[in-house]
Amino acid sequence: MSTDAIAHDDHHDEPAKGLMRWVTTTNHKDIGTLYLLFSLLMFFVGGAMALVIRAELFQPGLQLVDPHFFNQMTTMHALVMIFGAVMPAFVGLANWLIPMMIGAPDMALPRLNNWSFWIMPFAFTLLLATLFMDGGAPASGWTIYPPLSLQTGDAFPFLIFAIHFMGISSVMGSINIIATILNMRAPGMSLMKMPLFVWTWLITAYLLIAVMPVLAGAVTMLLTDKFFATSFFNAAGGGDPVMFQHIFWFFGHPEVYILILPAFGIISQIIPTFSRKPLFGYASMVYATASIAFLSFIVWAHHMFTVGMPLAGELFFMYATSLIAVPTGVKVFNWVATMWKGAITFETPMLFALAFVVLFTIGGFSGLMLAMAPADFQYHDTYFVVAHFHYVLVPGAIFAIMAAVYYWLPKWTGHMIDESLGRKHFWLSVIGVNILFFPQHFLGLAGMPRRIPDYALQFAEFNALSSIGAFIFGLSQLMFLWIVIKTIRGGQQASDQVWEGAKGLEWTLPSPPPYHTFETAPEIK
Amino acid sequence: MSLKQLSRRFGVLAGGGLLMSSSSAWAELGLNMTRGVTSISREAYDLHMLILWICVLIGVAVFGVMFYSMYHHRKSRGAVPAQFHESTTVEIVWTVVPMLILIGMAIPATRALIAMEDTSNADMTITVTGYQWKWKYDYLDEDISFFSTSSTPRAQILNDAEKGEHYLLEVDNPVVVPVGKKIRFLTTAADVIHAWWVPDLGWKRDAIPGFINESWATIEEPGIYRGQCAELCGKDHGFMPVVVVAKTEEDYQAWVSDQKASAGAAAASADREWTLAELMSKGESVYGTACAACHQPSGEGMGDMFPALKGSPVTTAGPVEEHIATVLKGRTGTAMAAFAAQLDDVDLAAVVTYTRNAWGNDTGQLVQPTQIKSLR
Repeated sequence: MSTDAIAHDDHHDEPAKGLMRWVTTTNHKDIGTLYLLFSLLMFFVGGAMALVIRAELFQPGLQLVDPHFFNQMTTMHALVMIFGAVMPAFVGLANWLIPMMIGAPDMALPRLNNWSFWIMPFAFTLLLATLFMDGGAPASGWTIYPPLSLQTGDAFPFLIFAIHFMGISSVMGSINIIATILNMRAPGMSLMKMPLFVWTWLITAYLLIAVMPVLAGAVTMLLTDKFFATSFFNAAGGGDPVMFQHIFWFFGHPEVYILILPAFGIISQIIPTFSRKPLFGYASMVYATASIAFLSFIVWAHHMFTVGMPLAGELFFMYATSLIAVPTGVKVFNWVATMWKGAITFETPMLFALAFVVLFTIGGFSGLMLAMAPADFQYHDTYFVVAHFHYVLVPGAIFAIMAAVYYWLPKWTGHMIDESLGRKHFWLSVIGVNILFFPQHFLGLAGMPRRIPDYALQFAEFNALSSIGAFIFGLSQLMFLWIVIKTIRGGQQASDQVWEGAKGLEWTLPSPPPYHTFETAPEIK
Repeated sequence: MSLKQLSRRFGVLAGGGLLMSSSSAWAELGLNMTRGVTSISREAYDLHMLILWICVLIGVAVFGVMFYSMYHHRKSRGAVPAQFHESTTVEIVWTVVPMLILIGMAIPATRALIAMEDTSNADMTITVTGYQWKWKYDYLDEDISFFSTSSTPRAQILNDAEKGEHYLLEVDNPVVVPVGKKIRFLTTAADVIHAWWVPDLGWKRDAIPGFINESWATIEEPGIYRGQCAELCGKDHGFMPVVVVAKTEEDYQAWVSDQKASAGAAAASADREWTLAELMSKGESVYGTACAACHQPSGEGMGDMFPALKGSPVTTAGPVEEHIATVLKGRTGTAMAAFAAQLDDVDLAAVVTYTRNAWGNDTGQLVQPTQIKSLR
């Protein structure tokens, strides 16, 4: 080998300097960091929108914003949080962790990886720019049901193209994850030896590839209905507005599992660590994840019980939906059984994981209630639904992401987190989130519809309470930001294993791991 | 909302466990689903309570085990971790038992659903049509038809006046129905998707353009039942209440005769000449209910989405026929609705006259109801 070639290799061992390192990087750790920072930024953007909503709803009457802007906020809050905060956070975790967990040197398709990330800032620039356009941002809800969404102003094509970009990014990211997991596992790591986080992501990636193109098709039909006089969803032209809802939710229901399956994986890593005991039923956790993924394709119309389906359709979707409770129950029982007779400690990641188990399960219970069609005719489109999906997404998905950050940040940075600050952040979050969302169950049952900027007087007290919770929860997240910055900048040196009970390949690496890891594959016994 | 009220409710919440045993106290506080006044609403309520209690019991059991473990199996108490995992027996039990519970829930749910979907043998039929942002009711057997719009004054919404008892849940023309009759409701919409919902009736149903959905209710007690549009339908989705007034058969028949008499008088007035003053005064009130939500009471509109009418070329310089055509047929691809079916000739003449003369538009032109009739 000539010296030139060696120098060339050296060049790839260390990251480039300055901004170009981040623009041109093909390193899974760098790209993971980019995804996570992008997600954090979007979390605060979407959170600010949520605070506008809760500030307006603090009291009856219109105080701060007009109803049209209020609708823009509810729509944008959802789009930013789903596509900008939660999904990129999971992809970021996948990038950082999957190669280190399966003993691979990097992702299978590093250049594609760079591109999947760098599409995102463009997508969100398009989306957020709509706030400054004539007619304002999209205001028809994140579900963009026609005919209402066709009344959107100049923002409309920008919304559609932003969704296309997000979809392309997700599909490319998923192809990469599948290619990595199926091809680059260390010798001896059979599929059934993979950590659960890897398993849940493998299944999630298939879900993404299956449904993102469906969403792309649906929004493209909207685009041609708006600009090229087609009538896919226009009843007056022989189209069908309900067909949009079927297509949308065929994407949308698997999408909600895309937002939660990686969280199941995270929790299944953290609970055994801090219980110092292996996961109770590894195989059944894998099968439960796969069952949930399968069921997610045959339950979509439970979002549409009130559109006027035939009795047989309502019965089918009611039965299929309630079946999801079985594999979800298996997961919860497994986590509890893992803790049973363990030796439990309560570091910050474990606190978030425990809150996840309890609060996600509460969201699961309300989901089971919503599955019952006759009762859903009352619950549908009320604050009961808002409470339900926020319980599974905020103390569900987002708590899991925070648990993951607290759990792996010492590995990534080489510094332990400030436990005392972490615990304070946990308690403020868990109290805030419950004050915020629990009263919304009562509001919905008492008859308050969702997506309204103003409400009747009997809803005043619980709305005020909910808004107070929103500000406690929202402002506490600044602590999270501070803890992350503080840990990156310094702190007690983390050991390789970091946590006493942690098991898995990533904990055999130094903290922080070198820029390239597992260039020689480890042997799994 | 006063702090006192808030603290009172906090107090009630703190004692939540006790409260849950008394469902009537629960309902008064707006904590729980209403039992309502139809057989359907009671079925929904009973099913809701059944599942709620099942979930509470499962929750207590699962979280009980979890919290027990969190307390007793702490490392700080010297717990030594066991290393057991995998147990086929346990796994089968916690798969089969939830299945059985689900079947137990599905049976009453299926029964309720079948009853709800049976719209046969109705005594009367009312078509409910959703518009941005009002409801239209057509009594198919009586030839009665009217719009129902929120009657909460704007001043209350903008906090310039004290809010009334039924703030945002009051309308100008409630839908009046007899008690004890099986009423079939057909829901549809003229522009975007809406959803017609009165919690006391026990269901909501989407109102979709191009679709006609069927539902039914037999209201058991006379009374006033309030609800709202439940599907996001644009800017004023939150200001689209539903009010159902259930009357005894006798009172209902009296209401029907009243409606028919006033419909006759309105038809007669469409044929005569109206003065500018009459049209302006009528026009202002029509504008207030049909136009002001978007174009604003001042006529200044809201940005490009809802353009200004004050000083607009359409309402001042342009030909009156074009102005009338816009109001009658709407503008496709915008939020401007077609009002041909929503307003009668007198209303349309009045509102066009009003917008051509109010806010300093002062064209001096007036439009007669007969002119509208010829342009329809």
